[in-house]
Amino acid sequence: MKKSYKIYVDCANCANKMEAAANKTRGVKSAVVNFMTLKMNVEFEDGFEPKEVMQEVKKNCKKVEDDCDILF
Amino acid sequence: MSKKQKKNLVRIIISSALMIVLHFIEINGFARFVFYMIPYLIIGYDILIKAFKGIKNRQAFDESLLMAIATIGAIALALYSKGDYTEAIAVMLFYQIGEWFQSYAVGKSRKNISELMDIRPDYANLINNNGQTEKVSPDDVEVGSVILVQPGEKIPIDGVIVEGKSNLNTTALTGESLPKEVTIGDDVISGCVNISGVIKIKTSKEFSESTVSKILDLVENASSRKSKSEDFITKFARIYTPVVVLSAVMLAMVPPVFLILSGSEPLWGNWIYRALTFLVISCPCALVISIPLSFFAGIGGASKEGILIKGSNYLETLSLAKTVVFDKTGTLTKGVFQVAAIHPEKIDENSLLHLAAHVERYSTHPIANSLRDAYPNEADDCKVTDAEEIAGCGIKALVNGDTVYVGNSKLMDSIGAKWSNCSSAGTIIHVAVNGVYAGHIVISDVIKPVSKKAISMLKKCGITKTVMLTGDSKDTAEKVAEDVGIDIVYPELLPADKVSEIERIINGRKSEKEKVVFVGDGINDAPVLSRADIGIAMGAMGSDAAIEAADVVLMDDNPIKIAKAIKISRKCLRIVHQNICFAIGIKVICLILGAFGIANMWLAIFADVGVMILAILNAVRALFVKNL
Repeated sequence: MKKSYKIYVDCANCANKMEAAANKTRGVKSAVVNFMTLKMNVEFEDGFEPKEVMQEVKKNCKKVEDDCDILF
Repeated sequence: MSKKQKKNLVRIIISSALMIVLHFIEINGFARFVFYMIPYLIIGYDILIKAFKGIKNRQAFDESLLMAIATIGAIALALYSKGDYTEAIAVMLFYQIGEWFQSYAVGKSRKNISELMDIRPDYANLINNNGQTEKVSPDDVEVGSVILVQPGEKIPIDGVIVEGKSNLNTTALTGESLPKEVTIGDDVISGCVNISGVIKIKTSKEFSESTVSKILDLVENASSRKSKSEDFITKFARIYTPVVVLSAVMLAMVPPVFLILSGSEPLWGNWIYRALTFLVISCPCALVISIPLSFFAGIGGASKEGILIKGSNYLETLSLAKTVVFDKTGTLTKGVFQVAAIHPEKIDENSLLHLAAHVERYSTHPIANSLRDAYPNEADDCKVTDAEEIAGCGIKALVNGDTVYVGNSKLMDSIGAKWSNCSSAGTIIHVAVNGVYAGHIVISDVIKPVSKKAISMLKKCGITKTVMLTGDSKDTAEKVAEDVGIDIVYPELLPADKVSEIERIINGRKSEKEKVVFVGDGINDAPVLSRADIGIAMGAMGSDAAIEAADVVLMDDNPIKIAKAIKISRKCLRIVHQNICFAIGIKVICLILGAFGIANMWLAIFADVGVMILAILNAVRALFVKNL
């Protein structure tokens, strides 16, 4: 399943770090962060609940960049 | 400006003002340290907090942490030696100025580009069962409803005009400035602006399926498909910071130890200072921001011109185009058949056309349509009776008492009329009156008037090979190719042959870097569009299959836009390369100068922020593509 989420982040490198962090999260097949449009497109692995996965994604993103947010 | 930007701007101003004041006040000793800490904390408190969080989360290469170490280190050195705190605070100040500028510039270009594509309708005037109009969200309009569009309003949903006529401004969609005239029965697409009259439209799609939604979706997601340049920078940034930080550590430790071993002064302060300079340059921000910003601006600028590019990666590939392959019908030609030549025998041109048009009066064949279109007064008071279709041959009818045969050479043979051959390419329609040959009319697909210019523009911008694929006969194809200046023609191809022909071209190129572009009108050529390195669909408004299969979509069917798209991609990639070289180059120079103690922290931070600002300004240039 693919979903798109609105994100808030201030610097481009932080967006890249978020992308890397999201990709390492369990249940995420692939994640692409678009800094210019402030969007995160996430493809989930089968059998995972997007909401739960996104909570983990957000936690992991906060670790690499404190000043960020994902709306879901 | 956002709230955060305003707040940060105030912090920058207060802190700078304090620094200037402190510069003119003579304070010494511990009081001096305390006073100088005020502007430092005002400008840097958030960085310090983030640095602390970075430690907590074990992010050793967090930019805030590095910036905090650099400035605190510089303050410590100053405390230890002569008490000049200005440098450390200035580094923090300029770092924040850089961040602020970046945030402002990015926010501004986000806004600019979304304004460029300001085609999203806010409401629809739905006509309800009582015949009254009510303003509703376009999402709530069902297929088959009737909506009213006032002059000055955007058409919110695709549909057919059922009442009224008007002129539509399609600039936002196609970049074409000439208004389009529409009337009852015409299909209209969402996103156009109604200029002159009130029209009622029966919707044929839901809002989410309408052209405007599709386009917005496409443009907004375009920069998510990342280019090789972006991947490169992301990877580079990932190793750049650790490498610089490790070098900084080495720089602080190795030379002093070496100096101690060789028996001289270790000069710790000196080397630590140089190491801190390294940390100041360790942030890869200038690089990382300028590349996606350039692509974003390039894609935005292109969409303003009616060229939708589906991803940064396609923009990159397009810039390497060397071969352009065209589909003929609908791409280089109009795809509609018109009378191209009239060759009468015995009677004059006008009466030949007159007869042919009359005989074809009741036929619905495309050729009949073009004959009738060519003779404007077809519905005059001539008597046309006993029209009879002779399958596979043509039509026979009585026109004012004369038996007129209109059809191919087979028909002429069957009635024994001596027909003459024609050298013109196209479909030949022979006419015989009472069994006597009267001449023929040539009907062919008409070349778009701009096709020739489009090809020569492509050649001018470095396309080395132009190819045409067509299902048409050799004669017709070669004639068209010659007229527009195409190098190679492959005629008489079935749709499947076109795919293998494209594969042959792709396999036959000298290097991977010479990209092959295919341009089609999206009808029947979706497989070819997806097989080519870049598939360009033109005039694809409303054709879902084409929008799906192509990498680049031209909103109108003007082939000149192909050269334009290539030029835009080249300009964008030039800017990207400039930024990569410039930003990496300046950083490397600063690192070298810093290692030898030639560049101090001032220079380092100026270089860092300066490079970022210049790279961003350069990136925004990609937006200006009108005069390419």
